[in-house]
Amino acid sequence: MPQTVAEKILAAHGRRREVEAGDLLNVQVDVAMANDITAPPAIEEFQRLGVERVWDADRVVLVMDHFCPAKDIAAATNAKASREFARAQGIKHFFEGGPAGIEHALLPEQGLVGPGEVVIGADSHTCTYGAVGTFSCGVGHTDMGVSWATGEVWMKVPHTLKVVLKGRRAPWVVGKDVILHIIGRIGVEGANYLSMEYHGDGVADLTMEDRFTMANMTTEAQGKVGLFPVDGRTREFLAGRFQRPYTVHEADPGARYLDTVEVDLSSLEPVVAAPFLPSNVKPVREVSGTTIDQAFIGACTNGWLSDLRIAAGLMRGKKVHPDVRCMVIPATPTIYRQALQEGIIDVLMEAGCSVSTSTCGPCMGGHMGVLAAGERCVSTSNRNFRGRMGHPESEVYLASPGVAAASAIMGRIAHPEEVA
Amino acid sequence: MKLVGRAWKYGPNVDTDVIIPARYLTEFRPAELAKHCMEDLDTSFTREVRVGDLIVAGRSFGIGSSREHAPVAIKASGIAAVIAPSFARIFHRNAINVGLPVVECEGIDEDVEKGDELEVDLSEGTVLNRRTGKLFRASRYPDFMLGIINAGGLVNYTRKRLRG
Ligand code: SF4
Repeated sequence: MPQTVAEKILAAHGRRREVEAGDLLNVQVDVAMANDITAPPAIEEFQRLGVERVWDADRVVLVMDHFCPAKDIAAATNAKASREFARAQGIKHFFEGGPAGIEHALLPEQGLVGPGEVVIGADSHTCTYGAVGTFSCGVGHTDMGVSWATGEVWMKVPHTLKVVLKGRRAPWVVGKDVILHIIGRIGVEGANYLSMEYHGDGVADLTMEDRFTMANMTTEAQGKVGLFPVDGRTREFLAGRFQRPYTVHEADPGARYLDTVEVDLSSLEPVVAAPFLPSNVKPVREVSGTTIDQAFIGACTNGWLSDLRIAAGLMRGKKVHPDVRCMVIPATPTIYRQALQEGIIDVLMEAGCSVSTSTCGPCMGGHMGVLAAGERCVSTSNRNFRGRMGHPESEVYLASPGVAAASAIMGRIAHPEEVA
Repeated sequence: MKLVGRAWKYGPNVDTDVIIPARYLTEFRPAELAKHCMEDLDTSFTREVRVGDLIVAGRSFGIGSSREHAPVAIKASGIAAVIAPSFARIFHRNAINVGLPVVECEGIDEDVEKGDELEVDLSEGTVLNRRTGKLFRASRYPDFMLGIINAGGLVNYTRKRLRG
């Protein structure tokens, strides 16, 4: 029977010749990742199983990124528990302090995830690695603790939503606009339980960073994974990083899709997602009068080097509006250093941005930029639920780094063209 | 398994950020999480919830993060089951893994009002609203998932398997 990419990867990991959407099976896990919020409860679940050692210490990854550098005593206690577990188990991929960055940028950058593999993470945005052809999805901490013991996880083989991208993007349209457009069209449950699979000549027009942003937000439409084809750009990204031999799976002609969505990239324009749902998508020009108190450029969606370049390109020689706080958080220390070397950080600081160490920071209202009641933020992150970045009466508009930077300068939501 | 309980009623898209806000995520003890369950959406919930109550909501209950803290907080509040036309994937998965019954039931949110008394039959897959007399067909779990729920969650289920 013709198979989708998701079906092929799950069949290979479930020791089956083929599987069908809807099948329930245990699959072998290549990498199992948790962070400072989810590792401590996962460790408790692992210990309840009465197993001494994790199944493979080299395939467990722990990243202290959410409330770290520790924002308070409780966060420090959680990081300590994770650190002690990593030491006791001989887990070498334990990231904390200097080497730590936001998990979903860090794992691909460090070559820990690659095509054809199954990766689970106790974090919903684990679907990010679909950008390099990994079947990766978010699970809870119980799943995590159990997979550390068994090297397996239970999966329901998802149906697939085919997304066909066509044409080339207009200036100022980036991966963030493409995925927001798709979520706006299909809605916040448009891909519930589904794998999203990208096809079409438009894929070639997207950089790896665009693809990471798009795969990342699969979960905002409730998708399980957002799989991109492995092409020349992917291979170039993986070269010198990802060390394991890998299998590239392609969908068979005649593979069964639940539905198909076509997107003409050339017809898109910069957009925002207005409060309080990522599907509440509007063209920037429709909301460009909306004043803001804060702009945030960072998070696992848009803390990439290309994002910082876009922001710096717009901010060079300009100043952040006096009524706005603009914070920039490079997603990983490697990105931070590259940005330093390119002079990007200097441009951003000269413009009046604050720049901090790599962390999730304000993205989930944790620390370093939490919003007060009535405050409004344009953010390059991925969620704008009520209270996501702070007080339940604060508001978050999701946007690309270009829109966030332009908005920071203008003091209101702005199209990059207005300041370029 | 049959449950009888009083309904709490919420709209669609109840997300994990309101079920248990991120500011409490340095905590993972169930009783502590329960103290803040739903507080950004409904401050009366923690004050008035009783053991055995049910939550009925609109589509996409539990959208957002993978935080298992969300079903844990709901379960520790005493809620016996959540009933909605659809659930977010990870929330659904986590609820099964922690042993919180989640019942997919089309149209339930249009019939039930806050305070209604409902009968939920998990094995039959039915929900009855005693006030309106309306009987709803609900989803039944596949055997694999029933196995996990009957074992009291994934950890117990796996322990058995490992000893197997
Ligand atoms: S940056 Fe935000 S969305 Fe990404 S992992 Fe951190 S908290 Fe989650």
